[in-house]
Amino acid sequence: MTDLATKGWKAKGLEARGLVIDVPGRPDGRALDLAIEPGQRWGVLGPNGAGKTTLLHTLAGLRPPRAGEVCLDGRPLPRWRRRALARRLGVVFQERHDDFPATVRETALIGRHPFLSPWRQERPADHALAAAALERLELSHLAERELATLSGGERQRVSLATVLTQAPDVWLADEPTNHLDLHHQVAAMALLAEQADRGHGVMMCLHDLNLAARWCSHLLLLYPDGEACWGEAQAMLTVETLESLYNQQLMCVEADGAPVFVPIR
Amino acid sequence: MSGARSRGLSPQWRHPLVWLALAALLSQSLALSLGSVSIGPGELVQVLAGGGEALHRTLVLELRLPRALAAFGTGALLAMAGALMQILLRNPLADPYVLGLSGGASVAALLAMLAGLGATLVGGAAFAGALASTLIVFGLAHGGGSWTPTRLLLTGVVMASGWGAVITFLLAISPVERLPGMLYWLMGDLAYAASPWPVLVMTMVALVVVLPLGRTLNVLARGGQQAAALGVAVRPLEWTLYLLASLVTAVAVTTAGSVGFVGLMVPHMLRLRLGNDQRRILPASLLAGGTLLTLADTLARTLIAPQQLPVGVITALIGVPTFLFLLQRSRR
Repeated sequence: MTDLATKGWKAKGLEARGLVIDVPGRPDGRALDLAIEPGQRWGVLGPNGAGKTTLLHTLAGLRPPRAGEVCLDGRPLPRWRRRALARRLGVVFQERHDDFPATVRETALIGRHPFLSPWRQERPADHALAAAALERLELSHLAERELATLSGGERQRVSLATVLTQAPDVWLADEPTNHLDLHHQVAAMALLAEQADRGHGVMMCLHDLNLAARWCSHLLLLYPDGEACWGEAQAMLTVETLESLYNQQLMCVEADGAPVFVPIR
Repeated sequence: MSGARSRGLSPQWRHPLVWLALAALLSQSLALSLGSVSIGPGELVQVLAGGGEALHRTLVLELRLPRALAAFGTGALLAMAGALMQILLRNPLADPYVLGLSGGASVAALLAMLAGLGATLVGGAAFAGALASTLIVFGLAHGGGSWTPTRLLLTGVVMASGWGAVITFLLAISPVERLPGMLYWLMGDLAYAASPWPVLVMTMVALVVVLPLGRTLNVLARGGQQAAALGVAVRPLEWTLYLLASLVTAVAVTTAGSVGFVGLMVPHMLRLRLGNDQRRILPASLLAGGTLLTLADTLARTLIAPQQLPVGVITALIGVPTFLFLLQRSRR
């Protein structure tokens, strides 16, 4: 309850102030000044090695920036306690470490970790949140399965379910549609859009221009040399900009009211 | 409040621990009953209640009980240290000795034996050697600024093989009459255990430190970044684990030499049956490790009595087939 109260008058979302991410051996490039405000759906686009994952980890406070700072509700991340931050900010990772056995249900349930004091067992309410998240991602029938027995796409949905169980105000998702089939790609994007509609801030790294064009309200384009530009999605989605970003010729057609970009040889 | 907590303890949570606790008690009574003079269950109860024959009282209370408790505590510590190291290094193949700790302890203990020192001083030397090795690995892994579990593991493994060479060298230059004692110590031998108190106290301390960390360790097992994103202060936790596991292992090695197998296999066996919830695995490791080593030590001193076998041989001889059996069954 107190959480909701503070959110009401203080919600400013996640902000990058003069942020330069630390990619070893790369010039500083352009410092980022942007805010992921509640309700916004940010997409991060860029070729391999442009620093998308590094940016996401820096925004999550998991690695220090080279310059500038990241603030949540106006307070720099290093001044947040790790646990308090984890109640507000969730990360969908691209890499996972499943060295030890665990079931799908247990994996969703770790999303409640930041909300429980050390001695506390998960409460019925926590189990209910995890069950609802599994249901939302069409994983209920796999709840007791070992992670090692899942397909890549199923494992990806478990990662989304973990963050949904965590229920953060800011979602940082690293290629949330990785390994997903078409139906589940759309379902994942719909989930993130729904989170934004509920007043949460969302930022996701994407490789699929068309998903970005369809689902993102804002875009950040990262270039391999550290240059960057950002703004409302419509303004960024021009053939010339995207061609220079990927060093790849593109053509644009319109389908279902949204631009569709197709690479041409 | 307490109602909510006990509801959280589902039946499958409680059962294995109850069974393991019963097994632990059973192994203790076997250890107290068996030996040069066998003592029946009825008489054992009398002796423990303060009655019984004087000879039996001496046998049970002064000889067998301290040793059985030392065996239990040592096994409990090694199994817990193994479970902690596996989480720390995110590597299910880690054991308490993987970072070179037993090597350092062994070199110091062998040097003390070469100098002709008594059991207590050998134990003290082993403890000092274990801590010295821990600090060296700590320093080297820390030296570069940042470290990863892989870097820590590599540093430790290299240190361990270095210690291995020194051990071989010491054995090669030692007089023949000292070799059996040295070899027994290297394989693990509870005949050196002077008092069960260090291992028992350490077991309690470790349990108190580790139990509230259970859920946090579950999260850490998913990787450092995932844990950090879920609010875990990863670096302080990792140092706590490293220092605790090292201290625990040092106390165990000081008591019984480097007993192998328990630290690697007990947590594994339990994971096959119980999953990987540390809130269950850690106390279960304590009980199962203690039980295994108590049984092994009882066999070690009775199988070819009056001669004694090194207990490390027995832990492997019981443990390997048990482990393989469980592994086969779990692959249904």
